[in-house]
Amino acid sequence: MYLDVIITLLKIAIVFGFVLNVAAILSWAERKQSAVMQDRIGANRADVLGFRIFGLFHPIADTIKMLTKEDWVPPAGDAFVHTLAPFLALFTALVVFAVIPFGDTLHIAGRDIPLQIADLNVGILFIVAFGGLGFYSVVLAGWSSENKYSLLGSIRAAAQLISYELALGLSIVGIVMAYGSIELDDIARGQGQYVLGVIPYWGIVAQPLGFILFFTAAMAETKRVPFDLPESESEIIGYFTEYSGMKFGAFWMGEFIEVISVAGVVTALYFGGWQIPFLSNQGVFIPGLFTIPLPHLLVVLLQVSAFGLKVLFFCWFMLLVRWTLPRFRYDQLMAFGWKFMVPLALVNIAVTGLIKYVF
Amino acid sequence: MKIVGHNLTTKESFYFFEIAKGLWITSRHFIYNMYFHIAHLLGKYPEVPAAVTIQYPEEKIPLSRRWRGRHRINARPDGSPRCVACMLCETVCPVQCIHIVAGEHPDPAIEKYPVSFEIDVTRCCWCGMCEEACPVDALYMDTGKNPEPGFSREDLLYRKEQLVKEMPLPGCQRSLNAPGQGPMEANPLGL
Repeated sequence: MYLDVIITLLKIAIVFGFVLNVAAILSWAERKQSAVMQDRIGANRADVLGFRIFGLFHPIADTIKMLTKEDWVPPAGDAFVHTLAPFLALFTALVVFAVIPFGDTLHIAGRDIPLQIADLNVGILFIVAFGGLGFYSVVLAGWSSENKYSLLGSIRAAAQLISYELALGLSIVGIVMAYGSIELDDIARGQGQYVLGVIPYWGIVAQPLGFILFFTAAMAETKRVPFDLPESESEIIGYFTEYSGMKFGAFWMGEFIEVISVAGVVTALYFGGWQIPFLSNQGVFIPGLFTIPLPHLLVVLLQVSAFGLKVLFFCWFMLLVRWTLPRFRYDQLMAFGWKFMVPLALVNIAVTGLIKYVF
Repeated sequence: MKIVGHNLTTKESFYFFEIAKGLWITSRHFIYNMYFHIAHLLGKYPEVPAAVTIQYPEEKIPLSRRWRGRHRINARPDGSPRCVACMLCETVCPVQCIHIVAGEHPDPAIEKYPVSFEIDVTRCCWCGMCEEACPVDALYMDTGKNPEPGFSREDLLYRKEQLVKEMPLPGCQRSLNAPGQGPMEANPLGL
């Protein structure tokens, strides 16, 4: 009993340690990656005793700055809700990781430890629900700030949520149909099968269109460029106009955590989760030919690091998209969501159903 | 109001292919630059730049040979300024930043010397006309230095005692009209 609690706490520590550290490093990576993409060098001036280590002190310097700045609440605003909103932003972004499986079941000392914090039977719905709830932080932040531009930002956020949550949910339906489960654990395990004996049956193979739709809608959920209309720093500054200090920092970190959680969900649903092609619990194998046995612990370690690498790859990819595309105009965003994504997601469901019925 | 726009073609209206094209361009830059950044860390290909950035205080762009920097006054062999207080620079200065007080020089061949010679760099517009006007080869802007920031206006008032001590930057070209100069040489930057 106590051991179970300790194991769960350990899993939480590992996952949150990974997520929070990667989120801090992402703030550095965003500066550096955008710089490298644009033939620049990027932030490298913060130094400790002359050591700069490629600007890695910048996240620390940022944190010190945020923590020591004045925490200001607009006098006309609602102080309680104003304080609640950034907490909500962080919480909803973080809690998604509870259901993402980061490894296969670990058999150790006669115990079966699923490498997933909470094996909820509602799996995907939990993610969609908390993704949607995340927008409450934006709406509340905008409303409680008593500022026109903040409110404008949060209204945009609400409209964007309604438009893209629908496409997000519908594109997931395709995955649920393909693997016959809404538990992320089952979906990740289902992606260990092979089509025609050689092609790994990952979500992207089963649902190529669904992947593009899901990834687009999920990027819209992170409220980053090209879907950063709630923020729009060049036109309305956005829902956190009236935030300062670490509350602003919480929104800022929440955005990076959302990037990681979207990367995690995309990996779990469409890129095989912790699966490595041609590596099963028995070891490395070529289907129908031979198997090289590997120890169980090594296999699990490889799978967990494969999951981590896939997540990091998608973080990189999302930063790449963020620094490549310009922002959508508001009407383009709505038209794209309603006239393009939603019908395509419906077509995707119909086609998936047809294929499932025929085969 | 006339809205000038570009109607998207069918292929463009899918966004997907255009986005893929854009992502290819940016990721190509990323991979190319990242390859050379890592190569530089390993000491390889130092001649291929991985970024166009010039890390300013550590690296500087080579100045044009005709670049006009801080002023200096040429000295006679005895160390006194060559200036004869003819007031040509003060007269030609479009922003009136030069102030000369003339005095009588004991040597009758020289006649005048500047009792005080001040250049107010807060006003100077770096046009170089003073340099060209100088008939006695005294005033130059070839030190290759930027004006330094100061804490008071007094710090930005350059006096003759200071100007005489400045040295020309080797390779810096003097004004075209300055005496003793040959024809203009080719500029290393091609400017």
